[in-house]
Amino acid sequence: MSDATSAPPPMEAEEENAAKGLTAGTSSPDKDAPRGLWSDAWHDLRRNPIFVVSALLIVFLVVIALWPSLIATRDPQRCDLARSLQGPSAGHWFGFDTQGCDVYTRTVYGARASIAVGLCATVGVALVGAVVGGLAGFFGGFWDTLLSRLTDVFFGIPVVLGAIVFLSMISLSGIWPVVLVIAALSWPQVARIARGAVMTAKQHDYVQAARALGAGNARLLLRHIMPNAVAPVIVMATIMLGTFIALEATLSYLGVGLRPPTVSWGVDISAASDGMQFRNAPHILLYPAAALSLTVLAFIMLGDAVRDAIDPKLR
Amino acid sequence: MGRYVIRRLVQMVPVFLGATFLIFVMVYAIGDPVSGLFGDRGPDPATAQALREEFDLDEPLPLQYVLYMGKIFTGDFGTAFNGQPVTQLMEHAFPISFRLMLVALVLEVVLGIALGVITGLRRGRSLDTSVLVATLVVIAVPTFVLGTTVQYVLGVKLGWIDPAVSPDPRLDELLVPGLILSLVSLAYVTRLTRTSVAENTRADYIRTAHAKGLPRRRVTVRHLLRNSLIPVVTYLGADVGNLMAGAIVTERIFNIQGVGYQLFQGILRQNSPTVVGFVVVLVLIFLLANLLVDVLYAVLDPRIRYV
Amino acid sequence: MRPRARLCSVIAGTAALALAAAACGGGDGGSGGGDGVVRASWGDPQHPLEPANTNEVQGGKVLDMIFRGLKRYDPESGEAEDAMAESIETDDQRHFTVTIEDGWTFQDGTPVTAESYVDAWNYGAHVDNAQVASYFFQFIEGYDEVHPTEEGQRPTADTLSGLEVKDDRTFEVTLSEPFSLWPETLGYAAYAPLPRAFFDDHEGWLAKPVGNGPYKIDSYRQSQGMTLSRYADYAGPDRPRNNGVELRVYTDNNTAYTDLQAGNLDVIDDVPAGQLANAENDLGDRYINQPAGIIQTLSFPLYDRGWRGEEGRKLRQGLSMAIDREQITSRIFHDTRTPAGDFTSPVLGDNGGFDRGLCGDVCSYDPDRAKDLIDEAGGLPGGSVTITSNVDTGSHRQWMDAVCNSVNNALDQRDACTVNPVPTFADFRNRVAGHEMNGMFRTGWQMDYPLIQNFLQPLYYTDASSNDSGYSSGEFDDLIDRANAQGDEGEAIDTFKDAERVLVHDMPAVPLWYQNGTAGFSERVSDVRLNPFSVPVFTDIKVG
Repeated sequence: MSDATSAPPPMEAEEENAAKGLTAGTSSPDKDAPRGLWSDAWHDLRRNPIFVVSALLIVFLVVIALWPSLIATRDPQRCDLARSLQGPSAGHWFGFDTQGCDVYTRTVYGARASIAVGLCATVGVALVGAVVGGLAGFFGGFWDTLLSRLTDVFFGIPVVLGAIVFLSMISLSGIWPVVLVIAALSWPQVARIARGAVMTAKQHDYVQAARALGAGNARLLLRHIMPNAVAPVIVMATIMLGTFIALEATLSYLGVGLRPPTVSWGVDISAASDGMQFRNAPHILLYPAAALSLTVLAFIMLGDAVRDAIDPKLR
Repeated sequence: MGRYVIRRLVQMVPVFLGATFLIFVMVYAIGDPVSGLFGDRGPDPATAQALREEFDLDEPLPLQYVLYMGKIFTGDFGTAFNGQPVTQLMEHAFPISFRLMLVALVLEVVLGIALGVITGLRRGRSLDTSVLVATLVVIAVPTFVLGTTVQYVLGVKLGWIDPAVSPDPRLDELLVPGLILSLVSLAYVTRLTRTSVAENTRADYIRTAHAKGLPRRRVTVRHLLRNSLIPVVTYLGADVGNLMAGAIVTERIFNIQGVGYQLFQGILRQNSPTVVGFVVVLVLIFLLANLLVDVLYAVLDPRIRYV
Repeated sequence: MRPRARLCSVIAGTAALALAAAACGGGDGGSGGGDGVVRASWGDPQHPLEPANTNEVQGGKVLDMIFRGLKRYDPESGEAEDAMAESIETDDQRHFTVTIEDGWTFQDGTPVTAESYVDAWNYGAHVDNAQVASYFFQFIEGYDEVHPTEEGQRPTADTLSGLEVKDDRTFEVTLSEPFSLWPETLGYAAYAPLPRAFFDDHEGWLAKPVGNGPYKIDSYRQSQGMTLSRYADYAGPDRPRNNGVELRVYTDNNTAYTDLQAGNLDVIDDVPAGQLANAENDLGDRYINQPAGIIQTLSFPLYDRGWRGEEGRKLRQGLSMAIDREQITSRIFHDTRTPAGDFTSPVLGDNGGFDRGLCGDVCSYDPDRAKDLIDEAGGLPGGSVTITSNVDTGSHRQWMDAVCNSVNNALDQRDACTVNPVPTFADFRNRVAGHEMNGMFRTGWQMDYPLIQNFLQPLYYTDASSNDSGYSSGEFDDLIDRANAQGDEGEAIDTFKDAERVLVHDMPAVPLWYQNGTAGFSERVSDVRLNPFSVPVFTDIKVG
């Protein structure tokens, strides 16, 4: 904590960034800028090392998810109970799980379902939540009442109940029912956050100014309010991505999640924690959890970079 | 403002009815609960029929709902399958869960906002990185694993706490369970605060405040924090209900017979009086918490007005 | 708001969380210690604590302490011994004269009479009382009149015509058909006598049940716990060797296990699945792992075309031989299950009809033979098979995965077997009862009383109450009928075993493993053991 007292606020690095932006004026960020907000953002992003690292990581994860056999040659379904819970060994670096399956192979093959569920559900939640919350916050009045109370009703549904009911009724296979249920039960939180953020952003001087200049609702929302209100949604989304991958495991544990032979990190993590298996063989928890952490880290970094890039206050 | 609050209170009625009906239909949709009461044995049709009559399960769904709501307004929330009145279950579960939620919420507010402000002001520093790593751990490692490990270390190895809390736990007994419960939310609160703070440090009014020569502390608390809190407060308001209803894992680990546990049991045993009864109260809590948050908006940002 | 005053201390506490936690620890965990009271784990009973309304272990645990019926099963041998019964006599295996011992009283001071039994049984049997274990009284004449089998039918009598009180200590029972082993069933809690208070003040009785057993209930807080103390006027021989029992409800048996390790609890029954690997290490000789009257099987939907006929029989036998029971019981269950070699349970003993070798090769792992049999039958119906079970309780997922992997490996086919989890138990039972299965499904059986009859008749007799596979064999039914009518116990058991051989041939279900009862206890107590129903024998436990 020694540096806490000595460091002047705000940080030097940001000061520098901010100083550059100061000349552009802050009240109407994109007005005098030579490029649009989004191409500006892209320009900034490419130069941000955090973005580059996270993007590379995500590309790697996506490649693994699409072609797991590139780096894992075994069959994730081939399990030999005789090797149950054996520790790491040559040729089996991550050891074996309770069923005697190769943990490395399962971790690699688990990427596809986990990332697909996490990503799709997050995108769904962020979109629905941002639209419902954004409209409620922007228009206020009757629309706010209608949309907010609708949100409240959904808030009331316990996740376990909703999941059991929806997933026992939907007979679709694959990841989509799981994605749908997670999205359907999780959007209210994002909607609340988005609504609050839009309500604040709406009050800012530049928005009022733009409105006075005759900007339409769509333009106001997309060009002025959204860039200012999107930060908390991004933060929520990046963390939710990880919790959704874990939530998928909870659903599987309840018997309504992904079905075998689909392999996922969530299923392996919950199998490892079910009945304290991890106490004797931490490796069966460690590797899928590490893969999940890495994914979340990549997206948190990406979220940070994107948020910085589109934040008008930086210009 | 007063009129706004009253209007919001009136709006609770349709939400309340909608939510309860939805839950009622959903529990009904899982199927007939009676055959689960006979263990691994095939149910005997006559006894099953008698049980269905006892719990009104033989009536058509809308009538069941009407019968149920009628009873609720007379204070009768029905009976769980073990013969215990649901009101008795609620009387016991809600105060405990409320206390647990309070502990978790206070930890979120104190730790989460403090960490958020510090990391927001010092992005990229070692503390920021440590908090990020901790966040990743909290997200990737299931609560069950973290909880049981903490319980084992503190309760068995060190003997500092009792692994299971007493049937009517005090607040201090709930400190560790509350911390475990709040972990994931802490991650959200910290990162939301961090982002808001980082954003607002660059806002005009902060620069102005600094330029006016106001003390740093005052700027941070009065100007920076106040303006950064809206997303955090929104999150916390929405989290109140989650902390009560979604504490199943924490409650199981520490043997707390709270709302999450009873609700979970009710769902698995498909006992609609228990589930609907608990959700009814939860919905009220959600609604009040969200109303409080909306009122707080106006306090934190005076430009927001309700008409 | 009440908790406001505490808020400050909590906020102060967060700063020094560890310190605060340290200061708060060790508060009142030790309650009940030192005064000769056994502290034991408990689960919330699923039904009100009426004797005929309890069909699971948690309620059974309490009933076993507060009631004594006509018979009691010896905790060691499982044999039915007279408890309150002085004699139970019959000449024709159908009419029984029951005489009860003198001097027994309920814990409210009233005497236990023949009427206490007859009233209790009439209550338990009557359909209006919706008792889940009323099928126990189905053997008694007149059951159909008080408890019609079809939905919607009304009872035509109030009491069982087969029960007649002779005097205060004698009553006569007439069964609808001869059943030689009927007296042996009387140790089950459903046959317990009930005091007048049960009928006069039912609510009051439920709030604090009163029985005639070795313990009486001092306080009962539903879904939290119960304290029991010795009943001073208990007339039976098994008087408690401790001062009482405190039952604490745990929401999760992992927590109970941790509490045992921390010294806050004396007895846990049912060691959690994940701790089985550690239990021997953690507890040493304070870990109990002994046979219980439970067998796990996988049943087949014989109502489904694909599983019928000679081909179906080969498939069923082939699948049975594709399951490596030895490996699964040792790796997944850590030897708390034993590979099954018949359809009964080791607790019956060799004299009671248990015969591990009865199933023979068909229940042994032989992947090559399994593959041949299934190929001969033209392969699995639709090319693959599922295992269906509820997954909300009992860590079923792991062994289901292991069984499927075993089948897949034996058949050398990736997805020959997949698991089909069902979220809730009720949902699962609905589907089973509704004959909606199309592959294997989990069937478990916990005996009601330690008789071979109980492992066969309710499960495989045509249209029997728990005949989930829809099995029907004239040969099997004949043998069961003959066995029930036999006067000599040895001959009866031999005939039951003949019936069991029919099952081995037909394989309506695959025996998987015999389930053990597990328990752990603290250093504070000794002489802890489980009875054949995997319930701790509380009266025997010594404290200190």
